[in-house]
Amino acid sequence: MLIDSTLGLVDVEEGIKVIPGANTIITTLDKFINWGRESSLWPVTFGLACCAIEMMACGSSHYDLDRLGIIFRGSPRQADCMIVAGTVTKKMAPVVRKVYDQLPEPRYVIAMGSCACSGNVYRSYSVVQGCDTFLPVDVYVPGCPPRPEALYDGIIRLQEIISKERMRWSPIR
Amino acid sequence: MEPNQIAESLKGEFTGEVVAVKEFRGQTGITLKKDRLLDIARRLHDAPEFSFDFLRDICGVDFKKIKTPRFEVVYNLYSMTHRHALRLNVQVEIKEFVPSVTSVWKTADWHERECFDMFGIVFDGHPDLRRILMPEDWAGHPMRKDYPVAGHEDEEWPGFRDVLKKAEDFKKFGWYK
Repeated sequence: MLIDSTLGLVDVEEGIKVIPGANTIITTLDKFINWGRESSLWPVTFGLACCAIEMMACGSSHYDLDRLGIIFRGSPRQADCMIVAGTVTKKMAPVVRKVYDQLPEPRYVIAMGSCACSGNVYRSYSVVQGCDTFLPVDVYVPGCPPRPEALYDGIIRLQEIISKERMRWSPIR
Repeated sequence: MEPNQIAESLKGEFTGEVVAVKEFRGQTGITLKKDRLLDIARRLHDAPEFSFDFLRDICGVDFKKIKTPRFEVVYNLYSMTHRHALRLNVQVEIKEFVPSVTSVWKTADWHERECFDMFGIVFDGHPDLRRILMPEDWAGHPMRKDYPVAGHEDEEWPGFRDVLKKAEDFKKFGWYK
């Protein structure tokens, strides 16, 4: 089928153009890759405390994270993101870091719950004062524990962050 | 058997050992002196009318500035056969030993280790009294009232500083927006 050159390119969204009749979409590599990444975030199942129950509730049928393309993975090596759900104790911190180090790039961290954000009320000898002391956290979801809707909001924020990334696929930084 | 009947019969059997009997919301607690604890525990475990075959938990309490003796060790007992429960509060002063009940209930092993770890209460006759939750070289017992809640300034959990350093070192490989 010949391309009708009189129509030209059609803007469907900002930065995305369609050639009518040619079954072709023109966009940037950034947009394409980010779209792929944000539409299939696979978090590693990593529950530490009561927030994990809320995380499980998000994953199961009532709230159903599957509709955002989110499937929980059992191994960090198959996952893209890590939801730190719960109190991180100093005894557990090396393990959390080890799990994070095993995630392949690009990797993201959601700190879920007040404990993971800041340590909550546990200004204690045994509790890490926020997991951002040893992890690069992308999204903080406060709450004790946050409701599934709040975790949803955090995940959607993370998707927005991913969609705005530039050149993350490139070895050039 | 009702718990207060058990308390009464213990009172008669071990005169002078029972300090007080408290009842609160249907639960009975017996405050004991520590010296003949092992005999009492053995009797509660073996006698068919008591038959406390299950030690549910051992906890410690620090009564600093509230009362003396300073510590109490609380034994929560339960009988599977008779379905009755009893609580033993054993008074102990700082630097005193409590007889270990591991010979009566095997499960007391780790509970007593935890109690020792958190409160520094030493159990006499325990087969392997080491710390269970805290690192072995930790100084102090964190659940005591005179222990600072945030921990001592100079003392950090072993391994945690390494994690912080690792995070700092690996930052240069991370992605920045």
